[in-house]
Amino acid sequence: MSTDYAIQVRNLTVSYGPKPALLDVSFVINTGELVGIIGPNGAGKSTLMKAILGFVKRDIGEVYIFGKPVEQTRGLVAYVPQRGTVDWDYPVTVHDVAMMGRYGHLKWWQNESKEDHEIVDECLKMVRMSEFRDRQIGQLSGGQQQRVFMARALAQGAKILLLDEPFAGVDAATENAILDVLTEAKKAGITLVVVHHDLATASEYFEKLLLIKQRLYAAGPPSLVFRQELLTEVYEGKLKVFTDLIKE
Amino acid sequence: MMELLSFGFMQNAIMASILASVACGIIGSLVVVNRIVFISGGIAHTAYGGIGLAFFLGISPLLGAGVFAVTAAVIMALITKDNKYRADTVIGAMWAFGMAIGIILLDLTPGYNVDLMSYLFGSILAVPKSDLVYMFILDGMIIAYILTWYRQIHAVSFDSEFASSMGVRSDLIYMSMLVMSALAVVLLIRVVGLILIISMLTIPPYMAERRSNSLKGMMIYATLFSLVFSLVGLVMSYFFNLTSGASIIFVSAICFFLSLIYDRVRTSK
Repeated sequence: MSTDYAIQVRNLTVSYGPKPALLDVSFVINTGELVGIIGPNGAGKSTLMKAILGFVKRDIGEVYIFGKPVEQTRGLVAYVPQRGTVDWDYPVTVHDVAMMGRYGHLKWWQNESKEDHEIVDECLKMVRMSEFRDRQIGQLSGGQQQRVFMARALAQGAKILLLDEPFAGVDAATENAILDVLTEAKKAGITLVVVHHDLATASEYFEKLLLIKQRLYAAGPPSLVFRQELLTEVYEGKLKVFTDLIKE
Repeated sequence: MMELLSFGFMQNAIMASILASVACGIIGSLVVVNRIVFISGGIAHTAYGGIGLAFFLGISPLLGAGVFAVTAAVIMALITKDNKYRADTVIGAMWAFGMAIGIILLDLTPGYNVDLMSYLFGSILAVPKSDLVYMFILDGMIIAYILTWYRQIHAVSFDSEFASSMGVRSDLIYMSMLVMSALAVVLLIRVVGLILIISMLTIPPYMAERRSNSLKGMMIYATLFSLVFSLVGLVMSYFFNLTSGASIIFVSAICFFLSLIYDRVRTSK
């Protein structure tokens, strides 16, 4: 098994009940790539994320992280959840959320060390959230919250970041800020996999795309994935928008 | 007022208030942030079956309640894990079933037991020394639990998927929280009674959450709030000859509503 691949998925099938959410999906992602996962609602994008995290029971298939089965690689993959899944009233500050990323490195009797605090400060700086460190998490805007979660993932020291729709419901300025963080993380050698909804920006943001609707329809550079016959098949009725896209 | 403190039963009651407040503060905070209020209610009421069984068998009611509550907590953890959408229905059924078992077993127990009401509505003024020892041990377990697993509990409560991705066994932490809630229920039975436990586990922590930026701080504030409510309720129940559990909850609820109004006015300014 080559360890050049950050993520290798082979013949993955996952089902909740009788209908498979993912069917025979295989692909590889190289170390340091910035990859977008696209596909319509209910296509299995989030399920694929969870499979890469080892959260869902696989019917068939394997997931390898740096050449090792996913179950043996806890801590290497960090997950940045969708905004809707988090309780924003929770009593926790920005700094403490980022510090949660360090928990995996601490034994129960150990206090957070100076180094842990430095790492957390560094990660908050990287996502440009240092000045908000003592704010309660619910007092931030959507994009700021997203960046705090990215800081937490970076503080964890993960080599792979999975982001579930980080651009959903944020304004243009925040979108750029998040994009900057992604670019910096990529420069630092981190592999990034992003579930993305907006086809109009997908080809601009990502060097590689995975087009998914239960099966993997295409994987590769945007020019290869953005082909009319593929998009027609995957997105069915909503084609008009995409014909415009392809012309561009 | 000072002469009050010279009564042995009053000293016990104050001690019980302190011990119960610690449990309320710590476990109540977890109940609130994890939104397991309904489950805790279910655990508390299922415990009634254990009290009935204890009377029937002639063993310690707190022991009976403890066994039932912990068993209920484990079952509810398993149900809510796999069957999220209809879990509340099953909890509702267990809630009622526990109460029914308790009542039937008490029917079958010869002689009528007056003491029973004290488990439903609490009787902090009648807490015996032996119960204080139990409460002290349970508090010790709760404190040891939170000190040992604070980070895992914090991470799972805030974002269980992230915690899992770091290798934390979120399911076990979740189950442990329910089991500790069951122990807290047993500890609180004497103070406010089964029926009113939910309010003690939710009102002080909710008020504390509004005033704190950390789970730790929330737990400390919640402990202090519940201590104040318990002591004021206790004194009120003594002077006006009222049911102690109800008095404590009455004081808590009034403070709760006042705090809501205060928060509303403050944020609108």
